Amino acid sequence: MKEAAHMIVVLVIICTVCGVALSGFREMTAERIENQVLMNVQGPRVNKVLEGSQNDLIADRKVIKIDGQEVLLFMGKKDGKPWAIAYETLGKGFGGDLKVMVGYDIENDKLTGIQIVSHKETPGVGSKVTEDQFTQRFKGIEIDLKAEPEKRLSKKIDAISGATYSSQGVYEAIGKSLQLYMAIKKQDLSTK
Amino acid sequence: MKLLRTFTKGLWEELPPFRLVLGLCPVLAVTKSAETGLGMGLAVIFVLTCSNVLVSCLRNVIPRKVRIASYIVIIASFVVMVELASQAFFYKIYESLGIFIPLIVVNCIILGRAEAFASRNGIIPSALDGLGIGLGFTMSLTVLGAIREILGAGTLFGTQVMWSSFRPFTFMVEAPGAFISLGVLLALMNAFSKTQQS
Repeated sequence: MKEAAHMIVVLVIICTVCGVALSGFREMTAERIENQVLMNVQGPRVNKVLEGSQNDLIADRKVIKIDGQEVLLFMGKKDGKPWAIAYETLGKGFGGDLKVMVGYDIENDKLTGIQIVSHKETPGVGSKVTEDQFTQRFKGIEIDLKAEPEKRLSKKIDAISGATYSSQGVYEAIGKSLQLYMAIKKQDLSTK
Repeated sequence: MKLLRTFTKGLWEELPPFRLVLGLCPVLAVTKSAETGLGMGLAVIFVLTCSNVLVSCLRNVIPRKVRIASYIVIIASFVVMVELASQAFFYKIYESLGIFIPLIVVNCIILGRAEAFASRNGIIPSALDGLGIGLGFTMSLTVLGAIREILGAGTLFGTQVMWSSFRPFTFMVEAPGAFISLGVLLALMNAFSKTQQS
């Protein structure tokens, strides 16, 4: 009994100390990691999705609240005027979450493009959704905001054969993104 | 003198991947280039030295029956620290090492040193042991990575070293190339030790 108590006490102490130390370390590095992800992961994608913007997209990012959830919004400007926005949403792929960055032309209600930010799809099969060949298909598609959720995109995009689940994950993320887009547009109009 | 031997044994006699043939998973997987090999090695040096020191400090406190669990908690904590630090300061290396940073937790060299050395020796010898074995591991990974990178991509640490008409032998940077170059290196080292003995 005494031996068991001893083991429990020692393990609990070790785990607690390690846990506290780690959460402290995490706190310390959180900001830097966020910056690194912005520079190395989101930055290049945002620059691709909002091609043609003249401002520094990463510097002009902001966090907005839509329907109680926080969204990291990137805004592209041309001649000092905002012309496009982009943000990430999640879809369920074959191997896990698919994070998709979708860009919108807010003047003409068009997609400016999509990029896959992170994924856990099978290399060489599902990972094909990250290739330009697939993502380029979404460029310039018009959005009908009044249509039903499935019909909001003016053109149907074919899934990649062999990567049906992964493609569906991308569609799901875009669907969620469109839902947010409508809310953002409403909010933007009401604040102006 | 004995302390010096504790340190240097990791550099040749007990050189981890080649002499002990331990921890081969990262050795095969991350040595696509000298840079990733070096990055992985440095991460291992840090984890190994820190965990050795801490295990040695706590060797009289930890009950024998829960020692493995305690060691794993300690090792895992240092690994998470390395992961966060590499993410914060060396993002490129973090990206190329990927899953292999968290997998340092189950690297048998680290648990092996904690169990076989640090749990029986004082703090200073344990630190030296960790440093020596870690350095040996780093050297092995860097050398293997360099060989594979030079033959497979014609570069070393990202700069071109081969002549311009050199056709990269891409097979070397893929998985089979790792097995073959490790095998050849092992054979050469064994042959060399044999001539030394006789």
